[in-house]
Amino acid sequence: MDVTLPIIILALPLFMFLFLGLLGKYMSHRLAGILGTAGMGITLICAYTVAFTYFFSGNPDFINAEGERLQQIVFNVTWLQFTPSLVLRLGFLIDPISSMMLVVITTISFMVHLYSNGYMRDHHGVWEKGFQRFYAFLSLFSFSMLGLVVATNIFQMYIFWELVGASSYLLIGFYYTKPSAVSASKKAFIVTRFADLGFLIGILILSFYAGTFDFTHLTSVAVEGLNHVYQVSEGTAQNILSIFANNPASTFMGASVLTWALVLIFMGGMGKSAMMPLHIWLPDAMEGPTPVSALIHAATMVVAGVYLVARLFPLYLMETAALDIIVVVGALTAFYAAMVACVQVDIKRVLAFSTISQIAFMMVSLGVARPEFHHGLGYMASMFHLFTHAMFKALLFLCAGALIHAIGSNDYTAMHGLRKYMPITHVTFLIGCLAIAGIIPFAGFFSKDEILTACFGHSIFWYIWMSCVAGLTAFYMFRLYFLIFWWKEHKVHDPHHAPHDQPWTMTLPLVILAVVSCFAGFVPFGNLVTWNGHPMFESVSFLTNLENLDWSVAAISLTVAVVAILIAMKMYKTENELPAKMRNALPALWDWCYHRFYWDELYMFITHRIIFGLVCKPIAWFDRHIIDGTMDSFATLTNKASWSIRGLQSGNVQTYVWIYLIGVILLGSITAICLI
Amino acid sequence: MELTMLYYLIPSLFMFCCGVYGFVTRKNMIAILISLELMLNAVDINFVVFNRYLFPGNMEGMFFTLFAIAIAAAETALAIAIIINIFRVASDIDVREINKMKF
Amino acid sequence: MESVGSIIMYVIIALAIVIFSILAVTTRKILRAATYLLFTLFATAAIYFQLDYEFLGAVQIAVYAGGIVVLFVFSILLTSHPGDNSEKLASKSKKMGLVGAAVMFIAAAWSLFSRCEMLMTSRPEMSNPDMQRVGEALMGTAHYQYLLPFEAVSVLLLACIIGGVVIARKR
Repeated sequence: MDVTLPIIILALPLFMFLFLGLLGKYMSHRLAGILGTAGMGITLICAYTVAFTYFFSGNPDFINAEGERLQQIVFNVTWLQFTPSLVLRLGFLIDPISSMMLVVITTISFMVHLYSNGYMRDHHGVWEKGFQRFYAFLSLFSFSMLGLVVATNIFQMYIFWELVGASSYLLIGFYYTKPSAVSASKKAFIVTRFADLGFLIGILILSFYAGTFDFTHLTSVAVEGLNHVYQVSEGTAQNILSIFANNPASTFMGASVLTWALVLIFMGGMGKSAMMPLHIWLPDAMEGPTPVSALIHAATMVVAGVYLVARLFPLYLMETAALDIIVVVGALTAFYAAMVACVQVDIKRVLAFSTISQIAFMMVSLGVARPEFHHGLGYMASMFHLFTHAMFKALLFLCAGALIHAIGSNDYTAMHGLRKYMPITHVTFLIGCLAIAGIIPFAGFFSKDEILTACFGHSIFWYIWMSCVAGLTAFYMFRLYFLIFWWKEHKVHDPHHAPHDQPWTMTLPLVILAVVSCFAGFVPFGNLVTWNGHPMFESVSFLTNLENLDWSVAAISLTVAVVAILIAMKMYKTENELPAKMRNALPALWDWCYHRFYWDELYMFITHRIIFGLVCKPIAWFDRHIIDGTMDSFATLTNKASWSIRGLQSGNVQTYVWIYLIGVILLGSITAICLI
Repeated sequence: MELTMLYYLIPSLFMFCCGVYGFVTRKNMIAILISLELMLNAVDINFVVFNRYLFPGNMEGMFFTLFAIAIAAAETALAIAIIINIFRVASDIDVREINKMKF
Repeated sequence: MESVGSIIMYVIIALAIVIFSILAVTTRKILRAATYLLFTLFATAAIYFQLDYEFLGAVQIAVYAGGIVVLFVFSILLTSHPGDNSEKLASKSKKMGLVGAAVMFIAAAWSLFSRCEMLMTSRPEMSNPDMQRVGEALMGTAHYQYLLPFEAVSVLLLACIIGGVVIARKR
């Protein structure tokens, strides 16, 4: 493939970041917005071209005679060379998942760029302070995220991983005069940094034993069969699996080194993807502007953890223990987040917990994927859900942004019955809810159904568990929908200031994403993205997904979703006493859910009471009194000694002469004695 | 009686010790400078005497003295300039009072 | 064996040195101290003459007695008010000074007498260094010739003149 387009994809957002960041304050707000959006638009076109070429050109570089999709490194620049075999490269890798991510990122990013033109100004058209900075950060984020997904090696991925973390930090703390935003950005940064520590250690372990950072090398081993012999460097043949699995020295606490490496890498993914127990930063990250939440904390950055696991999936297949951990963590997180989402008041919080839950779905799906079952259906389902979820969750967030922009509050208590005032937002939000609830034929139905099928193939227990979570998902989303748009009529005191649909820059992305959410489910993902590149279906048509459905699973999940929606309708469509009764029936459960199962309090307890109080305080005391005390006493001693002898320097010349004279006499006497 | 080296060294030594005494006891800066000159002079005598008695054909001691005299003249001139300057500032040339440079 | 005249001459010189040295450091009038210093310097010049270094004696009188002492007198006149004596010395510091000087004297004398046989060398015959030899030694660059120190001293004197002017200048 020609290197021009890939280079534009990476360089243009970076250039826009520098351009808007450095020169933004010299241009008008409108110009900055248009430039940022146009830059992202060009990137979008380039990314679409690349993805289209990859999937549909039939070029033998990308797809071989058996129809197997290949990884292709477009370019790979050597950046740092530590040893002949340990080289850091920066490059551009295209394969099914990176092409798919290019599409997702550029689509959502472009929508958000467009949407922000309307969102980042108030009703009177006054631009938000720091508007240009906002666009610069958005471009930085897009650059980092694109660099992350096209990384050719795990270290490049780590670099961009940190960059997305940094740009997420900057964007959460965009309203830096608001203390809650500042602390939320710090929280997000610290929690993900903590997770990235595990990621880094995992990378070091993995690359130490494998002698390479490159994904192609790392994963080709497993793809081509577990007995693949792989060349490390200069002809030394080494079996990567035997290094990891059969080296008795390379086990630690009963698990092999490979398990440890993979679990630690997954820890990095847990941090970014807000898996329990590292999820606490994501709800707070909603302090950022809503388009940022849509882009970073719903569609792209938070799925980086899923992407990471998918990227290293062949390695994970070698160590199914790590996959089991992923399943457990994912399933618990999904259920937990769904429970919490059922009682939150802040609509962005509901969406945040919904995001956590849906990402956990993807994680579970990856965890249950096995080559034995439907050619690794879980892997495909996970990527499919990632794709569809990015679309409809971004749609939901952007709708929420439109509502917040119109109402000026995050609470549904301030909304209620908005369907007449904001029809476009109403319809698009409804489509998003139907998609996430998994109603046929919206996007979420197909991907979620594939996930549930994969779970079913793995174990019945996790299938039932995830079906419950899917039901909860439908329930809390429609609870939110009804509470915002129905419940009771909106009180309007002044007809001139009634809430209304937003300008076209904001509604156009909603409509586009709604349309995509309607039809994304029909994308024949099984032929495009699979774990080993082999297509799953023989022939492809528009209805491929429909034809290949496991109808028993689909019927059950549809039933669950419809029942959940009906319950939500019964409870929330019109104002009634049922929710309050439910709440009073199970006050403890409601309290725990409302307070997010007290995770934040637990963290506060651990950090403040245990770490700060029991560990840091004694260390601080030791530092202050023992170490500083030693140093201080050196200084004091020197000081005192010099004070006590400063009298010698009296300024009286004759005293000096006396001392000199005595010295001379002594020296003379000694010399005389010695000479005699 | 023969005038050996000792006969010249003893007065020179005496002169030197007078210089030492004066240097450590006198308070007037000029008096201190005078004592200094005495000491220098005693050393000069020693140079000449050793040259005369031990190396009569050479002139090193003599030249050393010659240069010592020249340097003493320079040093005295400079010292007196400093003393006058101090007198101008402090109206006094008592060495005990001039201790502004301590510590 | 020396002539009686030179012995008498020596005794006078030695006595002058001893007496005037003591007076120079003990007198309380500073102008007198300068005068006694002058006499001491004259006696030193006499020693140089007696030891056949006439050029050196002449320099001693010209530079020391003629130049430095005049400088002393000038500075004394500039810095002291007429008629005031210098302060009386505290007896303690006097005693200390005496002790110091005495110890110095004893130590030096002791080391002198420990080399007794060398001190007893009689004065060898020596032709008086004539002016041509002195001049050549002062202006030559060969071994035992002193052009470089001569020039160095001249630079030093120049620096000294400038320094003296700068320091003593009224501001």
